[in-house]
Amino acid sequence: MISLAGYEKVILPDIPNLNQIAVYEKHGGYEGLKKAVSLSQDDVINEVKKSGLRGRGGAGFPTGLKWSFMPKGDKVRYLACNGDEGEPGTFKDRQIFEFNPHLFIEGTLIACYAMGIKTAYVYIRGEYVKWINILQASLDEAYAKGYVGQNILGKGFNTDIVIHRGAGAYICGEESSLMNSLEGKRPYPRIKPPFPAQVGLWGQPTTINNIETLANAAVILRKGADWYSKIGAEKHPGPVLYGISGHVNKPGVYEGPTGMSLKELIYDVAGGIKNGKKLKAVIPGGSSTPILTPESVEKATMDADGLRAVGTSMGTAGIIVMDEDTDLVEALHILSKFYHHESCGQCTPCREGTGWLEKIVGKFAAGTATQQDYDLLLKICANMEGRTVCALADAAAWPVRNTITRFKEEFEARMIENKNKAGWDYSMKAVSGV
Amino acid sequence: MFSFTKENLQRIEAEKKKYPTVESAVMPVLWIAQEQNGNWLSEAAIKATADVLDLSPAHVIGVASFYTMYNKQPVGKYHLQVCSNISCSLLGAKKLIHHLENKLAITHGETTQDGLYTFSEVECLGSCGTAPAMQINDDYHENLTIEKMDELLKGLEK
Repeated sequence: MISLAGYEKVILPDIPNLNQIAVYEKHGGYEGLKKAVSLSQDDVINEVKKSGLRGRGGAGFPTGLKWSFMPKGDKVRYLACNGDEGEPGTFKDRQIFEFNPHLFIEGTLIACYAMGIKTAYVYIRGEYVKWINILQASLDEAYAKGYVGQNILGKGFNTDIVIHRGAGAYICGEESSLMNSLEGKRPYPRIKPPFPAQVGLWGQPTTINNIETLANAAVILRKGADWYSKIGAEKHPGPVLYGISGHVNKPGVYEGPTGMSLKELIYDVAGGIKNGKKLKAVIPGGSSTPILTPESVEKATMDADGLRAVGTSMGTAGIIVMDEDTDLVEALHILSKFYHHESCGQCTPCREGTGWLEKIVGKFAAGTATQQDYDLLLKICANMEGRTVCALADAAAWPVRNTITRFKEEFEARMIENKNKAGWDYSMKAVSGV
Repeated sequence: MFSFTKENLQRIEAEKKKYPTVESAVMPVLWIAQEQNGNWLSEAAIKATADVLDLSPAHVIGVASFYTMYNKQPVGKYHLQVCSNISCSLLGAKKLIHHLENKLAITHGETTQDGLYTFSEVECLGSCGTAPAMQINDDYHENLTIEKMDELLKGLEK
């Protein structure tokens, strides 16, 4: 079994002032970059492929493979670093910006070297002013030391890193929306194909990677793919930042190997459920990932295969824990309201569907829903999933579909025909105020 | 009337240089415009942004209206942005919101008559591990309780 015992932290090690370049260098900082520039571009990509790294932003796509999609040649190309971090339950990239920004900068430089990129844009959500400032300060240091800019490490390799501040839109975390946002357009997601590696930012080949993914790339070059691939789950290896929130005694971001048991994370790492309560449900990877019952939590390990086996996915590894007193109807209503608010309105199934999901889940919350509403929710989900330009519609539908089926009794108890049977107190609505 | 200060025009030139097209600087320039205009974007500020980037005002409005953080109407001196998403709500965000609304006698999107406070209920701030959370202007305040919120407000009054 994979556990924290003997695990050495590499993304967020316990070293004070690691955001200062001198401290970072003292602890092996920028060694990965030096290693990278001593290799050919293809060798760097192969090293990342060999490591088994999969993206940490939600989709879990193999990073080395993504890098290899970039065409060869002189065409101007770009890297977009995705620090939009808007998925509810996700709060890990800000830890990297705050405590180990140079690791991210180093990973970005390695990616740029490997793919022949001269400009990287770091897209950071608009609320993160504090973290933008920290990253900018570290970036200024890295420029001053010659790690970023012209003729890096005397190897004739040039890369600039530019920070771009978002302004409060969840959809901009979707890679093609992010690109339109960077281009100064209204950030509607783009139809694929063409994929970003062919036609991306300003029509040029582009790769988009999550902040944590790029930090991992720096670790791979520093420590080697062989070392890296032995950490955690065999098919989904490496260190990962688990963000644990909700009803636990010690919420926070914890670094560990992939493949840890969800139970160990909740009960040991995060100190168990608050006030000695029992567990009711867990969302394992940010709000879009299907919710788990306590029976599934018992079996789940935090890697792609382990979570697929219990009908969910790794997402951003943002684990939201809910105790026995949680009103799951209310919780789902909050999420449905969120997706409705964040739908960009480009595709009809999403624009209309997210609104209907919120309204009908709201009927359950108000106690005025019927069996027909339950069936209608499933129908709406089916009409949204896979029918839109981007995955926001799916992200909105999955929590509804899975919460109402996996916790069916809770929704049934709120139907008008069952309300007397359940003896449910309708004054709750005024208290919750949703 | 709104026109960019000389210093801000220099900042805008620097922003333009960061991107291969002028249009791409629209977000950073909107941030500068909002900052200069007292934390909101008036029609004149939008127009000035469009002019300085040689874009149509309609395009700039199209961009600005998409994002929640570009304020389309005046906001108070202190913009209280309380997260009500899942992790914050599990730990009592709704109670905090009711408390704040009662205390200031305003609801989402409203500003107190003295122009001191605007309250907004916002989506996930990325503070799930330190929930519940609120942002006052640019600063995060986390692990909130009603008492802590009262203290924060008291500190602002001074």
